[in-house]
Amino acid sequence: MSVSNAKAEGAQVIVVGGGVTGLSTAFWLAEAGVDVLVLERGLVGWEASGRNGGGCSHHHSPLFPEEQRLWPVMDDLLGYPTEFRPDRIRIALNPTQYELYSRAVVNARHQGFAVDELDAQQVRDLVPLAGETAYAGHYYRFGGHANPHRTVQAYAWAIRDRGGRVMQHVAVTGFVTEGDRVTGVETDRGRFGCDHLVIAAGPQTARLAARLEVHIPMRSARAEMIVTEPLPLMPLGGIDGNGLYGRQTLRGNLAYGGGPHEWVETEALPDRDRPATPLAGHIARRLAELLPKAAHARVIRSWAGLIENTPDGRPVLDRPAPWSNLTVGSLSGVGFGLSPASGRALMQLVTAGRCDFADLSSLRLDRFSDLEPDWAALQGWLPAAALAV
Amino acid sequence: MTSSPATDPRSVAGKTLELSGGCDLLVVGAGPAGIAAARAAVETGAGVTLVDENPVPFDEMGEHVPQLWGGRMGAEIRNRTAMMERMLEVRPDLADLFDLGVDLRLGTACWGLFVNRANLGWMPGPVAGLRDAGGSSLVGFGAAVIATGRRDMGLAFPGWDLPGVIGAGAAQMLAGLNGALETRRAVVLGTTTEALLAARDLAAAGVDIAAIVEQAGAPQADAALVAEVEGQGIPVLFGEAPRGVTGDADGVTGLQLKGRAIACDSVLLGMGAVPMIDLLQAGGARTVFDAARGGFAPVLGPGGATSLPGVYAAGDCAGVWGAKSADPGIAAAEGAAAARAVLGQAAAAVAQPPEAPDLDGYRKGWVRAAVIEALEEMPVCLCEEVTARDILDVRPPRYLKAGAGRNAELSLSDILGDGPPDPDQIKRLTRAGMGPCQGRRCREQIQALLALREDLTLGAIPLAGYRSPVRPMTLAEIAPQREDPAIAEQWDSWFGMPRQWVPFWDVEPKYTVASLANRKDHVSE
Repeated sequence: MSVSNAKAEGAQVIVVGGGVTGLSTAFWLAEAGVDVLVLERGLVGWEASGRNGGGCSHHHSPLFPEEQRLWPVMDDLLGYPTEFRPDRIRIALNPTQYELYSRAVVNARHQGFAVDELDAQQVRDLVPLAGETAYAGHYYRFGGHANPHRTVQAYAWAIRDRGGRVMQHVAVTGFVTEGDRVTGVETDRGRFGCDHLVIAAGPQTARLAARLEVHIPMRSARAEMIVTEPLPLMPLGGIDGNGLYGRQTLRGNLAYGGGPHEWVETEALPDRDRPATPLAGHIARRLAELLPKAAHARVIRSWAGLIENTPDGRPVLDRPAPWSNLTVGSLSGVGFGLSPASGRALMQLVTAGRCDFADLSSLRLDRFSDLEPDWAALQGWLPAAALAV
Repeated sequence: MTSSPATDPRSVAGKTLELSGGCDLLVVGAGPAGIAAARAAVETGAGVTLVDENPVPFDEMGEHVPQLWGGRMGAEIRNRTAMMERMLEVRPDLADLFDLGVDLRLGTACWGLFVNRANLGWMPGPVAGLRDAGGSSLVGFGAAVIATGRRDMGLAFPGWDLPGVIGAGAAQMLAGLNGALETRRAVVLGTTTEALLAARDLAAAGVDIAAIVEQAGAPQADAALVAEVEGQGIPVLFGEAPRGVTGDADGVTGLQLKGRAIACDSVLLGMGAVPMIDLLQAGGARTVFDAARGGFAPVLGPGGATSLPGVYAAGDCAGVWGAKSADPGIAAAEGAAAARAVLGQAAAAVAQPPEAPDLDGYRKGWVRAAVIEALEEMPVCLCEEVTARDILDVRPPRYLKAGAGRNAELSLSDILGDGPPDPDQIKRLTRAGMGPCQGRRCREQIQALLALREDLTLGAIPLAGYRSPVRPMTLAEIAPQREDPAIAEQWDSWFGMPRQWVPFWDVEPKYTVASLANRKDHVSE
C-alpha cells in the first residue's frame, strides 16, 4: 500500500464510524501496522455499539467460528478488559420456546460447537434466580457475553496504543475521488487524505455510501433494554431466554432487551435523543417470568438504541464497485458480538481484497441486485409518520 | 390502489399500549407552582390530575431518591397515611383543590413522560408512567405541567455517607412537609440563598443551627439575608471547609472543619440548589446549562413551554434563583402562567432570573475545597463507591481488580478523546453515576471535577443523561397490569426477520421480498 495520499492530515486508511465495527476494523489494521484514522461524529461506541446485550454467540454467521476463537483472547489482544465471560444458558418457559431455541442449537452443533440439554431442575440448579417457570434449557459450551461500554473503549485505546488515531466530534461532509479511487474525506474539520476508505457507520452507512453512488438498502429501527440494580452474582452471567436477550453483568445488574421495535427515520445529524418507552414494563414482565426470584429487583434505567437493518437482516461486508479502494461494513443490527471477527474480516478486505478465514459470499452487496425498489414498504419497515402521509 | 401497506408483525405497528385512564392536564408536583397550575386549569372546567410523590416510600428515602434525605427521619415517616394528612394540613391550598374537583394523588410518583417526537411515533398520545403503593400505571394526558421542584447538590468529604448528612432543602422538606426531622443541632454548609433560608426556617422550627460554613471569603447570597440569620444568633464562618465527621452508630456527632470542630448531629448541604429536571430530560425535553437558573434547566418558551409538545415546566424545576426561593409567589405565578398557556389564554409575564451569580466559581470552589482535598478518601458516587481519584484517572471498577493502567499516566483528554470530557463516558468506564440514585448525589461534583481538571466552565461539561424510570421500581411493579395480546403473540427476542438467523449455508444467493414466499423455519438469535 502506498502512502501517496496519506498526508500529515490523513492516513493510509480512514475508517468512517467509531462504533464497534469501525473500531475493530481500525484495531486490526493498526495491529497489522497500517496507519489508520477513525472519524466519529460523536463519542466512540456511543450508539448501538454501546447499547446492546453484549452477547457473543452468532451461530448463523460465517464469522461464527472466528467470533468463538477470538473472544477468549480479546482482553490480551487489546490490553484492556472487555469483561468477556464464556458460555450461555438459554431458558425456555414452554415447549414452543424450547423448539424455537433448539433450531439455533442445531446450527451451532452443525459447526462443531457443543450444547447440553437441561431439564427444568438442572436449569434451577445452575441458575439461582430461575424458578418454577422454567420448562427446559440449553447450556451453550461456547458464546458468552462481554461489556459493550468497556469493549468499545478497549478497541479505541488499543488503536491509540498502536499509533492509530481516533477523532471524535468530527462530521463527514463528503468524499474526494480520482477516477476509481476515493482519495480523501471532507469533514467539518477539514480534508483528510487516504489510500483506502472504510465506511462502517451504522445507520449512517447507507447515507454516506450513497455519496459515492454505492447504494446499500437499509432502514433503521429503535430497540430498547432495561437494567436492574445489582443482585448477587450467579455462577454464570450469560442467562437469557423467554424472548429476551441479555445477561447478568459482572457488577450483578440484570441487563435485558427484546420485544417490539419501531421503524424510524435515520437522522442526518447527531442527536442524543433515543427515546425509551413503556416497553420497559413489558420487558420487565418477561424478565420476572424468566427469573422469578429476581422479581423484587428494581429497574434503575431503561434505554434505547437505533439499529440499522439491511432487508434480510444480514451484514454487508464488501468492496463495492466501481471503487478500487472502498470497503463497506454494516453488521445489520447484530454487530457487537461479531465485532472481533467482523473487524478482522474487514481488515483483510482492505489489505488483501479477500477474507482468508470465512466465506463472505453471503454478505456481498450484490445479493440485493434484484431487490424490489419498494422493499421497505413491502416489509412494513416504514415509520408510522411515513405511512400516515 | 386499495392495498394497504404491509405491516412488520414484530414491530410496534398494530400493537396498543394499554392506558389506565387519562386527563386533560397532568400536573406533577404539588408545590406552589403545581398547585397554582392545577387551580387555574380546574377553574376553567378542565379535567386535572395532580400527582406528588410525597410522602416518598421509606425504602426509597433510604436510598436518597429523589432527595438527599440523610437518615434523620423520625419513625412517623413510615406512616404514609399520617404523612399525607400532614401534607394537606401544612398546604391548605392543596386541600382546597379536592373541593374544586382536582384528581389529587399523593404518594404517586411520575417515573416517565413519553411523547412522540423524532425516533418515536408509537405513543397513542402523550403518556405518563405513574407509580403508587398499588404499582405502576400509564395514563394519557392532553398537556402536562411539570413542577418537580429542586434538589440539593451533594459534596463528598469523609463521612458524608453517614446518617446526619442531609441536603439542606431535604431537611426543610422533612421538617415542614413531613414534620419528621430528628435533627437537633446542625451545621449548614454553603451560603446560597437556599442554604440561608433553610437555616432560618429550621432555626425557627427549633433546630439549633450551630454555624453556617462557607469555603469562600464572602457569602453567595445577599448581605441582607446573611445579616438576618446572623441576627438570629447563627455564626457564619468563612474560608472553612469540611475535613470529616465524628460519628457513632446513629451517625454524625460532629463536623471536623479545617480549623475547628463543631458538635452537631447533622450537616446540611446547602452549596447548591439544582432544578429537578430528571423527568423532563429523560422524557426528551431539551436542556441547557444556565448558571442564572441553578444549573441544567429545560429550554423554555412562552408560558414555560418545553421542547416537548404540550409539556410545560414551572417552579424550581424550570430554574432556581435566590429571589424565587425567597418568594413562593414567583413559582406560583409560573404555574398559573403555564396553565394559561395550556388553556390557550394570552401569555402572562413571569419573573425572570436576575444577573447570574458566579455559580461556576462557587460550585467549583466547594468541590476544590472538599472533594479535591480528599481525592481518594471518600466515594463521590456513593451508589457505586467511586472516588474522585477513580473518576479523574478513569479507573475501571474495583470488581475487575484492574488498576488504572496506562490511564494513570495520561491526561483526561488522552483517555477520553477529543471534545469535553463527558460524564456519560465517565459513567460507562468507572460506573460513577450508574447506580439507583441516577447520579443525583454525585453529578454536580463530577461536572465540577471534570471542569476543574480540564480548565473548562461547568457549562462546557455535557449533562449526564437521566433515564426512565426516574424512580426505581421492581420488575413486578413496572410490569404492566394489562397488555395487548398482540404484543405477546408477536414477541421475539430480536427483530424476527425471516432470514436473519438462517445459517449462512442455507440462504438464497439473491434476496428479494418475493423470495420470502419460500418459507423457512423461524429461527431465533
